[in-house]
Amino acid sequence: MGMRKVAIVGAGITKFVRRAQETGKELSWQASKMALDSCDLTLDDVDMVTLGTAPDAFDGVHMKGEYLADGAGGIGKPYMRHFVGGGTGVFSPIHGWFHVASGMADICLVVAEEKMSSCYPHPAGAFLTIFDHTTEQPLMPTLIWIFALEMNRYMETYGITKADIAQVSVKNKLNAMDHPSAQVAEKITVEDVLNSETLCWPVNRLDISPASDGAAAIVLASERVARRLTDKPVWIDGVGHAIDTAYWATRDLSYPRYVETAARQAYEMAGIKEPDKEIHIAEPYDPFDYKELHHMEGLMLCPRGQAAQLTADGVTARDGNMPICPSGGALGVGNPIAATGLMKIIEIYLQLRGEAGKRQVPGNPRCGLAQAWGDLMQMGTVVVMRS
Amino acid sequence: MVKRVAIVGLGTTGFRPVTPDVSFRELIFEAARKAYTDAGIEPSEIDGFITTAEDFLEGYSIADEYCPDQIGAVLKPTQTIPGDFIHGLATGYMMIMTGAYKTIAIEAHSKASNMMNISELLGFAQDPVYNRPLRETPHAVAGLEMTRYLFESTTSSEQCAQVVVKNKKNAMRNPYAAFGADLTEVDVLASEPISLPLHRLDIAPHADGAVVIVLAAEDMASAMCETPIWIEGLGWSTDTPTLEMRDWGDAAYARMSAEMAYRMAGIEDPVALIDFAEICDEYSYKELQHMEALKLCMPGEAGFMLESGATSYQGELPINISGGALGVGHLFEASGAHKILELVEQLRGEAGARQIPDVNVGLAQAWRGVPTASGAVAILSNM
Repeated sequence: MGMRKVAIVGAGITKFVRRAQETGKELSWQASKMALDSCDLTLDDVDMVTLGTAPDAFDGVHMKGEYLADGAGGIGKPYMRHFVGGGTGVFSPIHGWFHVASGMADICLVVAEEKMSSCYPHPAGAFLTIFDHTTEQPLMPTLIWIFALEMNRYMETYGITKADIAQVSVKNKLNAMDHPSAQVAEKITVEDVLNSETLCWPVNRLDISPASDGAAAIVLASERVARRLTDKPVWIDGVGHAIDTAYWATRDLSYPRYVETAARQAYEMAGIKEPDKEIHIAEPYDPFDYKELHHMEGLMLCPRGQAAQLTADGVTARDGNMPICPSGGALGVGNPIAATGLMKIIEIYLQLRGEAGKRQVPGNPRCGLAQAWGDLMQMGTVVVMRS
Repeated sequence: MVKRVAIVGLGTTGFRPVTPDVSFRELIFEAARKAYTDAGIEPSEIDGFITTAEDFLEGYSIADEYCPDQIGAVLKPTQTIPGDFIHGLATGYMMIMTGAYKTIAIEAHSKASNMMNISELLGFAQDPVYNRPLRETPHAVAGLEMTRYLFESTTSSEQCAQVVVKNKKNAMRNPYAAFGADLTEVDVLASEPISLPLHRLDIAPHADGAVVIVLAAEDMASAMCETPIWIEGLGWSTDTPTLEMRDWGDAAYARMSAEMAYRMAGIEDPVALIDFAEICDEYSYKELQHMEALKLCMPGEAGFMLESGATSYQGELPINISGGALGVGHLFEASGAHKILELVEQLRGEAGARQIPDVNVGLAQAWRGVPTASGAVAILSNM
């Protein structure tokens, strides 16, 4: 298609914590500074800035993108915010890719920030108003309530048990022990997950990622600039995003077809025919443990209903054939929504450069994928990257 | 490589003070259906969709959820830009310029009549630590800014009042406009003081409505419609969100956006090349302040240019011929959409009673409102 190639050349990420002392502006600044420092650039070198951040209700600030502009480095520059719910973090590099691949910018700073702790007493409150005001809000649903429905449907369709799914939480929290930003890394067992408090059956406390504060940033560059800045650029080879109907109750929740639609766009752009063979490493979104399995299937990394077996067989472990969430994912590192997606992009970036330290997967992976999901279980965002 | 991008489809509901008969999704559906009909395209043939919306104004925590169905975007690439419609236009333009997308639909709407307490709601945009405890309303902040602008530019309140008179009169020729009126300068200055020097009639009232446009890459655009309206220049920019740190007299965001758009369009002398402009007049003084920032006149001259009639309906550089926000109604994220709508209708020669003869290049500019210093500019042409 003759498209301009776009590379990630720098990355930065703050610690993910339950309640950061820093404001959202400061978190954004920390991540942006780290990303620019990592590739020896300053803000003066940046042509444009794009920011991803999820609901304004977390921070309690209307037009949150405008509020965060100075922290993110957007002052005096073309600066824009993008938002696709929980899928925002992986959409961030896609929006940045638009900037660079279109020729509008040579260097684009992409920042993702979330400060959920400002939402008091608990950020779950911000989700009470995501539901349709006429047909759903009178039922007083909560976020966990609808994911419990989806998890149950997934288990029912493929005959998967809660213990099968709990393995994901065990694996990711263990992987996160090696991540310096991690919030809830720990060594636990399947029994620990099953015995943790039931929040809304079949979802237990340890099936869920925590509420977090944090920020992440990457620097995107056009091919000409990227080759000058680094000898290890990581190319964005495929991007996809898709949204399903808002009428989630009319869909079969056992399969995320919006993820498949987004993945097919990204695979076509990247020239990937057999994702299960050509993708060496993946970071699907795992805010709930069943979601990692659900998304692996949507990404066509395995046949439908088979993801739990792959996990049981150790294929998705960090030293397995297809490492999934080697960072520790949202379940282990934490889940500051938009920043989590970009954390996943950064993990693939580091893994493909061979710079993931103790988290480095064996076998020199050359092709990786990150995915996020959001809105009313309806948004899929996928990015395919190659070294 | 894609060289140019054009607007090939346009649809709107028009703008009304209240719309109790329809939901915001029905408003959007009407605009989308008209835009797709205008472009001769089915939504299934469109490669990507963009909506522009802010959560707090929608009353949903993740307003993005409710965007796909009414614009035909189910299982399609779709995103929300929490910015002005012109920010969405810029994203759509960039998407097509990547070469990966051929057609993009962009939507913006306002359902201001659903908001029970707009002033308090907009107060949540102020810095929670430094500004919010002072409980300043958006109009109070605008009043302060107006004072500074009038002082620096030696513009008078009377000149600002004339902006209101001009725009509301222009709106009487615009069937989409909700607030057309035949007023005098005295009417404006005698209206209720809100935050002096700002009076009630200096402030654009809110309206409801939706706009959808369809963009296409150059190779398709000419085949899809008779008069594709080309995107020649785009610019968007942000000055500091911190009220205490900005230069209150100068609309730096508009100046930087315009410089970017002029550079992209290859325009060195905007006054000579731009035939008409739709610029943000959410407050009367903003039209004058923005004219200067956009380099449509010298600093301090906007008020005199207005008095000379140069920006009127029959002037050399008609500004806000649609009636602007003062005459049409303020539309939040759809503010820029209404300006693009006017540009496209004028450049197509479809503006009816308010058609300006022989126009080729138009400029649209939007500001994101108090307390931001953020905005965008688009330059369109029919050549």
